[in-house]
Formats: sequence, structure tokens, C-alpha cells
Amino acid sequence: MKKIATGNKAVAEAVKQAAPTVVAAYPITPQTEIVEQVAEFVSSGELKSRYIAVESEHSAMAACIGASITGIRTFTATSSHGLLYMHEMTNWAAGARLPIVMANVNRSLGPGWNIWAEHTDALQERDTGWLQVYVSTVQEAYDATLMAFRIAEHNDVLLPVMVNLDGFLLSHIMQPLDTVDLGDFIPPIHLPHAIDVKNPAGYGCLTGPDQQFRFRWDIERSMRDSVKVIEETQKEFAKRFGRKYGFTEDYQCSDAEVVIVALGTLGKEAEVAVDLLRKEGIKAGSMRLRWLRPFPKLDLKGKQVVVIDRDYSFGRGGILATEIVAQTREPVFSVIAGIGGQEVTYEDIAGFVRKRRIGEEFWFGVSGNV
Amino acid sequence: MDTIAEIPKEEFILKCTSACAGCSDSLSLRYVLKAAGPDTVLVVPACCTSVIQGIYPNTAFNVPVYNIAFGAAAACASGMSNAFRAAGKKTNVIVYAGDGGTLDIGIQAMSGAFERGTDFLYICYDNEAYGNTGMQRSSGTPLGARTTTTPAGKTDAKKDIDAIAAAHDLPYQATACAAYPQDLFKKVTKALAVRGPSFIHILAPCPPGWRYSTERSVEMGKLAVKSGMWVLYEREYGKLTIGPQSKAAMKKPIPLEDYLKPQGRFKGIDPKTVEILKQRIAKNFAKLAAEEASS
Amino acid sequence: MFEIRIHSRGGQGGVTAARLLALAAIHDGKYATAAPFYGAERRGAPIVSFVRIDDKPVRIYSQIKRPDMVIVLDASVMDVVDVLQGLKKGGKVLVNSQQKKDFPGFLSSNVDLTGIALRENLVVSGSPILNTPVIGALAKQGLVSVESAKKAIKEMFSDERNVKAAEAAYQEMNA
Repeated sequence: MKKIATGNKAVAEAVKQAAPTVVAAYPITPQTEIVEQVAEFVSSGELKSRYIAVESEHSAMAACIGASITGIRTFTATSSHGLLYMHEMTNWAAGARLPIVMANVNRSLGPGWNIWAEHTDALQERDTGWLQVYVSTVQEAYDATLMAFRIAEHNDVLLPVMVNLDGFLLSHIMQPLDTVDLGDFIPPIHLPHAIDVKNPAGYGCLTGPDQQFRFRWDIERSMRDSVKVIEETQKEFAKRFGRKYGFTEDYQCSDAEVVIVALGTLGKEAEVAVDLLRKEGIKAGSMRLRWLRPFPKLDLKGKQVVVIDRDYSFGRGGILATEIVAQTREPVFSVIAGIGGQEVTYEDIAGFVRKRRIGEEFWFGVSGNV
Repeated sequence: MDTIAEIPKEEFILKCTSACAGCSDSLSLRYVLKAAGPDTVLVVPACCTSVIQGIYPNTAFNVPVYNIAFGAAAACASGMSNAFRAAGKKTNVIVYAGDGGTLDIGIQAMSGAFERGTDFLYICYDNEAYGNTGMQRSSGTPLGARTTTTPAGKTDAKKDIDAIAAAHDLPYQATACAAYPQDLFKKVTKALAVRGPSFIHILAPCPPGWRYSTERSVEMGKLAVKSGMWVLYEREYGKLTIGPQSKAAMKKPIPLEDYLKPQGRFKGIDPKTVEILKQRIAKNFAKLAAEEASS
Repeated sequence: MFEIRIHSRGGQGGVTAARLLALAAIHDGKYATAAPFYGAERRGAPIVSFVRIDDKPVRIYSQIKRPDMVIVLDASVMDVVDVLQGLKKGGKVLVNSQQKKDFPGFLSSNVDLTGIALRENLVVSGSPILNTPVIGALAKQGLVSVESAKKAIKEMFSDERNVKAAEAAYQEMNA
């Protein structure tokens, strides 16, 4: 049956099908609908999970950690300040090699109080050891959440996965949603280091300078191994359910002279800008970055690149732009747009491309910078 | 249980821990684990116990220990307990946390786990300061005690975490001290037998922190109880029972100075502060006696 | 692409109307998105929501600047909001009202959704429900098929009165 759902509801629908044994979560705008819907599924018996209504996000992640180490599947969701509040625990989850899946509804950080879309929240988590995927449609929010469980729990990965969707723009928009008959797409979880009272061990205990780096390296090794697992999972998903996903979603890139790179809904709306620009004779393309960690190898050779960051690292630059320049060693036109939900249309995006000044940075809407 | 010989011989704390000589944190944990048995997981936040268990790849504890960040123990245990129960396992989930991790940074997570009716036992072993980092004051540090951050003696009173715990209407709550091992053993056994959250607050005398010689930890615990600085009791479904040792102290306490004097942390405490401490002891006795009489 | 902006007040069901319209369009075999614009508005404050209907997937997330049609669920909003802002030349305006109002340069229509809701006793917490009857009016205008409109309403609401109200609006629609 054809359904219509918000991004939040799509995530909740995927969670219902993935059936985590424990969900621990704390509400925050604009994520609330996810936890309400999951709680509703648990209450109605459609989802046989334990829903722990924790008293903070720090405790949400801590409870997921405590649950996950027993060898069961877990899920949580948050946004913005909630994500920052659990930052200590997100590091712990990755360090403890726990395949927790979390939806993060990207939202700006205070002050001022702003509840609208921005990617700075998740990007501040980029060094924690979490895999990060950014989605751009309601369907993709659902699909990516399902795949997140399979990827996280794969024994070559055993790292947590964060599914990012833009606050309101995607969390609250209603779009068509096709749900799948999941079958055995997500195999039963097997955590090799699960707690076993018959084989007592110390977890995360005092670790000396001669050992700590080994654990850190092991995270990186798995992060590298996750590339193959992501590829396999996306391939298997396409085979079973017909929808194809890559590390990036490339639109009109092959012959493009200028490529727009962005995350989330901006990356999707950029495709409309590409159509507009092509009509004007500008050979444009869009490369929407889906996976930020592990960071994929981007094929941008010989292209002019316009990067749109809905985020910023003060004193350095747009985070995505910085990451891309570090990989390609080529200058880009770095556009800072969409901060705190700032309205950015496909016409604006087309304008960025037309007026591109490679090697420079441009803050959209800031006078004197236009 | 009348004699110490009745406590099981099986040890869950093995030889060669990294504890300080005379450590009563590990002595307490020894009895806790004897009462809990092998089907137990300890959740330990940053505290002395996270060091005492040993350095990777070794562990001196013969039950699984899950180490978690400072403020997160109760929340972690909350998730763990739910996961075990969902899997149909009765495994004991015990938080073993210090006073810093309980009265200060972990109080929110603990309150949350209590309120949600988590099936677990939260044990706070209280050495009345941040021992792991070298004795800085915590909200468990008593009035007048010197720590590295209260070099002239603490000017604030000890936080009444037991009253805070009691406000959660727990099925089982108790205070204890390793100086009274049978009492501690019994209380842990009782706490683990109830369904839902339980709380045991253990006074844990600390030779380097309190500055007394290492062989006197048990004695220090007894002096605390006899002087009334520590009161042994339990609250079962709201019904308070004061332990006989504390009953005796309530009738005729030893002079408080007998407890303060051997401890370097109270060196130079001014008589006014001692007077306030004495008044607080009397007030606490009266409050507990009234509650026991009415319950 | 056909772009619709719905004006209402918080709590009147403007967001649900957008959702119903998008769902009906999807049942017609089209692609559609419905998006509320979230401000810090509370119950009773003027709000807008957006619907886009197209033959191919909708890839736009920004607000509708030049709508093909404007729907006004609460005529009193017109006192404080310029509902015609950006409306395409010759664009449609549908107002919930007993009287037809002229908007020079635009195609104006009206239907008494409030009256229909009250007649069908479609009232929740003292407020007449406007979001289901308006779909009937929009079906009359040809935005969605009658079958898809009914199907969408039935999927979202079990109460038969919603379909009846939509049918009444379809009949009474003054194009």
C-alpha cells in the first residue's frame, strides 16, 4: 500500500521492523515524533521492545550501552543539544564497540534557541568513532535506518551508526514511503564480546599507555573495514528491495564541469538547481554526500567544486569543505548556507554556482559578503 | 546469620588488587559479592574501584565488571537490567559507585533509574571525598573535614543522600559498613531479593584520605557507628529498622572526639564545628527514632 | 509541478489538510510532498503549510514562493497576512467563507467549510474540522480525483462523517 509519512515516522517504522530489544530515549524537538511513535509501537505491542524513558540524553546513551553489552539490539534518537549532552557517551559507545543505532535529527545549537536544521550537531561528533550517514528523503530515512542495523552489527564493523536527517525539512515533511518485507535482511545480532557471567571479564577497565593506542587503532581498522560492509549492505538492499544507494548520490556528474557537494536535503534540492543551470548551458552536477564517516573517496578530479556547508568550524571554515579540500588537495568554492534553518532555495543554489569564486568562502545572506 | 563463619568462603575478589593497604572499599565489595554470588554484573563508574580491579589485560574481580563514565552508572545499569530481564535472565545488576559518582555527578542518573523502578541494586561506598583523584571534597565530605580542596576544613554539611534516596520510595534501602560484615552481607542479600530498585549506602573509611594508620579501618567504622556519625538502619517498603549497634549508640554514644581524633582530616577542627557535628548527630538520632516509632 | 499554500490558524488542521491532499495525489499516481512551515507559533496563530504535486519525485524542500494556488481555511487570517503574496498570475484562491470575495487577477472561489463541519457535527474540542471537507472542495477543482480523496480520508480517519463532509463540500463548492 502507498503510504505517506514524515521523516520521523519513517525512522520509527524502520525501528519497528528492526525490533531492537531495548530503546532508551529522551525527547527533543524536532526528534520527538520518533520517540513518541516508537513508544506507541511498544505500547500497542507492535514492537516487542523495552522502552526506557530516561531522564536525559546522557542516560539514554548510557542505557543503550548497558543494554547493548549484554548482546542485544538497541536504538535511540536525539537532536542538537541532546546529541551534545550525550557526547561523552557517544565516545564510550564507539570505544566499547557497541553496534547502537541512533537517529539524529539535525538541528542548530544554542544560543539563541533555534530548533531548525543545521549539521553542526552531528559534525561535532565526527571524531567519536560513529559511522554517519545523511539522508535526503523520507524513503531514504527509512531505508538507511534499516541498513544501519545490519552495518553496525556486522562483526567486521561493531561500531555505532548515526542516521542523520534534517530537522523539520525532512523530519516533518510528508512524502511517499514504501515499506519492505524485511525478511532476514538484518541477521540476528551476535556480539562476540557480550557480557557472560560464566566467563567474567573486565570491560573498559584501566588501560595503560602500552595498550590504549591498540584499541584506538582497532576502531580505525573497523572503520576502514566498514567501507566494504556498507557497499555489500547497500548492494544487497538494492537486490532485495530495488532501491540503490552509494556513498554519494551523483546527479549529472559524469560530464559536469562544476559539481555541487552538500549533505541532506540541500544536496537533494541541488539537483533541481543542476537542471536549472543545465538549461542555461552551465554543465553542472550534484554529488550529495551520504556517508561522512567513513569518508568516501570522492571522484572530483578535473571538476570545479562548490561545497555547501550547513555548519561551520569557527576559525577554520565549512566542515565539509575542509574535509573535501583535505582529500582532493584542490581549492573549492565554500558556501555557508542554511544555518539554523536559513531558507535556501534551488534558485539560491544555482546562484552560488553562477557566482562561484573557487578558493573563496561565502556566507549566504551576510551583507558585504555577497 | 550470627557468626562471620557463616559468610560463604567463595571469593570473588582475587589476590593482587590495586587497592591501597587497609582499603575498606574493597573489603566492603568482598562481602557484597559473597552475598550476590556469581550471577552478577558490577557496573562501576570512575571511582577507586575502577582502579582496584586491576589494569588491562588483568582483572582481580571474578564477576564481569562494566566500567562506565563518571555520571552514567545508574543509567548504564538501567539499560543492562532491562536487557537481562528482556532475555529472561535474573542476573544481579549492581552499581558500585563512590560518593562522588553518587552524591554529585551521578545523582541525576541514579534518581532517574530509581524513579523508573529499575530492577537493580545501587551501592554507594562512601569514603567522603574524591579518593581516586587524591581526596578532593565531595558533597559527602563531612563538615570540618580537610580535603585538598577544603584545606581549612569543609564549611558545608554532608549531603543527606539517604533522605534523597528515600524520597524515591524504594522497596529496600539500607546503610552499612564493612566493620559489621554480617550486617552488610544480610542487607545485600535482602536488597537483591526485592524486585525493583534498592540502595545501600556503605561508609568506607579510607586510610590515606582520612589520614589514619592502615590497620585501623575496621576500628574507624566502628567508631563512626558508636559515635553516631554513621547510623546503621534499613528501610523495607518504607518501614525503618535501626540496627542494634546504632540503637546502643543512640542510648549512649561514645564521645565524638574519639572518632575525630585519630583522623588527620579533622586535625585542628575548631570546637564550634565539633559542637555543630554533635548537634547534627543528636538531631539525626531523634529524626530516625521518631520515624522508627511511627513506622 | 503544482504548488499550493494553505493558510490557517494553529489547531485548525491546516497541516492535516496538506497531508490529506498529498496522500490523495499519491493515490492518483502522482508524487507529492506536504510540509508544514514551523515557526514558533502556538495554537490560534496564523500558520502556513505547503503541498507540492508533480508527475515526478519532488526534490524541493524550500518554501513555496510562487504558489499556483492558495487555500485560506480561516478568512480572518486575511486581516493579518497577505495571503496573495507571490501567487502566480491567474492563480487560484479558495476561501472558507459563505461569501465569494473578488481577488482581481486571480481565480477566486469559496465554500462554507465551517458550516459544513457544523452541519455534519464534525467538531472536536469545540473547533469545526475543516481539513476533510476542504479535500472534497479540492476534488471538485480537479486537484485530485474523488476516489483518491475519499480513499485518503478513509485511511486517516475512521469516522464516516469526514467523508460525508467532503462530499458536501464537493457539492457546495462554488467554483
